[in-house]
Amino acid sequence: MTLINPLALIGHVVLAFATHTGNFTIFTGKAISHCVRAPIYLRSIGRQMLIIGYFSLPVVGLTALFTGMVLALQIYIGSSRFNAESAVATIVVIGITRELGPVLGGLMVAGRVAAAMAAEIGTMRVTEQIDALTTLSTNPFKYLVAPRVIAATLMLPCLVLVAMIIGVLGGYIVGTQKLGFNYATYLKNTFDYLEVMDVISGLVKAAVFGFIIAIMGCYNGYRSRGGAQGVGAATTNAVVSASIMILISNYLITELFFAK
Amino acid sequence: MTPSPDTTDSPKISLRGVTKRFGAKTVLSGVDLDVGKGQSVVVIGGSGTGKSVMLKCVLGLMRPDGGSILVDGKETVGIKGSEREAMMRRFGMLFQGAALFDSLNVWQNVSFGLTAGRNMKRAEARDIALAKLARVGLSADVGALFPSELSGGMQKRVALARAIATDPEIIFFDEPTTGLDPIMSDVINNLIVDTVKDMGATTVSITHDMASARKIADRIAMIYKGQIIWHGTVEEMDATDNPYVQQFVHGRAEGPISMEIRHA
Ligand SMILES: Nc1ncnc2c1ncn2[C@@H]1O[C@H](COP(=O)(O)OP(=O)(O)O)[C@@H](O)[C@H]1O
Ligand SMILES: [Mg+2]
Repeated sequence: MTLINPLALIGHVVLAFATHTGNFTIFTGKAISHCVRAPIYLRSIGRQMLIIGYFSLPVVGLTALFTGMVLALQIYIGSSRFNAESAVATIVVIGITRELGPVLGGLMVAGRVAAAMAAEIGTMRVTEQIDALTTLSTNPFKYLVAPRVIAATLMLPCLVLVAMIIGVLGGYIVGTQKLGFNYATYLKNTFDYLEVMDVISGLVKAAVFGFIIAIMGCYNGYRSRGGAQGVGAATTNAVVSASIMILISNYLITELFFAK
Repeated sequence: MTPSPDTTDSPKISLRGVTKRFGAKTVLSGVDLDVGKGQSVVVIGGSGTGKSVMLKCVLGLMRPDGGSILVDGKETVGIKGSEREAMMRRFGMLFQGAALFDSLNVWQNVSFGLTAGRNMKRAEARDIALAKLARVGLSADVGALFPSELSGGMQKRVALARAIATDPEIIFFDEPTTGLDPIMSDVINNLIVDTVKDMGATTVSITHDMASARKIADRIAMIYKGQIIWHGTVEEMDATDNPYVQQFVHGRAEGPISMEIRHA
């Protein structure tokens, strides 16, 4: 019936979208309110910081290294067309700090962490472990969601700072070893035109992306239904929705900082 | 069906006309049940008849669509926040699938309600956890294992230890013996009877294992099509001519209960 009648179909889609948005908003509001109210489970936060921060270092570091390297090559090709090769160092550092460090780092962590959160919380949901938490007088938002949100929001800027340094280093290696720049000149060009705002805007982005990753992982896991298949779907949804929200919010934050 | 409870004057838990639907599917269609203080009530009934849903409604894990649930005469449907948490502290629950936290080891699982729920020091909670484990016949070295390393029977025993760790007034057991061999079932039944007698707790147990029901029950209630269709003592159950109860107790395929095989 609903498939045949186009009006009913539109109504269905609109209703589903509204319900979904409403649920998500309520979930996010609850998550934030539990982040700032006692009791705070420090042990869980520490554990999540280790999982999100420390164990993501290799993947984020590798991403940053090769991005910085390839960026130096590509910008060299482009800028040599109008004899502006000296701009390579400057463009690499601005590109990495303002844009590629946070976005690529965020996307890589989304793939790793949002998926893991959705799978873990989803499994806890379908095996009734979340219900068990409640019967043991522990609020699942406080015990599961809040530590992940806090840890991800704090750790992503740290990870991205490391990514920025490694990314710039990658550009430096290619610039000096392959493109024949002078060591000192490359470094000078890197830091002469870098502004504090470039780094700050990158770190602000990282914090927002961390929040998005944790919320998306937890939200999709928390709502999963119906066994292994439901958990699988939740995991996919978590990664896809976190990635898309990272890209959209990236544009919005960039516009916000654009005037500055 | 209207119950005529011959329990003590004011029941500990009292359900009246509790209904619950999932989409178009009505699972509970007006459940009436009274559980007296210190009583052990066993709810029997086929798979998928809404037994677990009924317990979850009482615990507030699901919100019933209608009806009223009184605990010590106080309405609990719709209470939230700190009031709900205060009520939860009086309950213990053994989940059908044990629902042990697989990221925590056994003693951390057992002491969870004490450490996370009541802010007890870990060392102190650990001692209590080990004592509760001993109570269900598990040695201290089991405490360091993780749930995935345990057999089904051991998981149920750990879940039982966790459910009683905070010495709750009211304990729910959801199919405590399902999936266990007859000997382990009897061990669990004895544990339930002993621990509950020691603690003086009020309990509701769900089972379709009649041996278990006979052992644990002060009273038995039968749920069918989302309603309590019969209740009484074990002797009354054996004497009743209610065809539904008879069919279930004797485990016959023929009778008024026609299994909806597709939904079983
Ligand atoms: N969260 C839920 N969403 C939708 N349907 C549910 C949910 N929980 C239980 N049900 C349905 O309710 C019915 C009763 O379930 P349950 O109470 O678990 O049965 P049982 O008596 O075997 O414990 C089942 O048909 C089940 O599919
Ligand atoms: Mg059940």
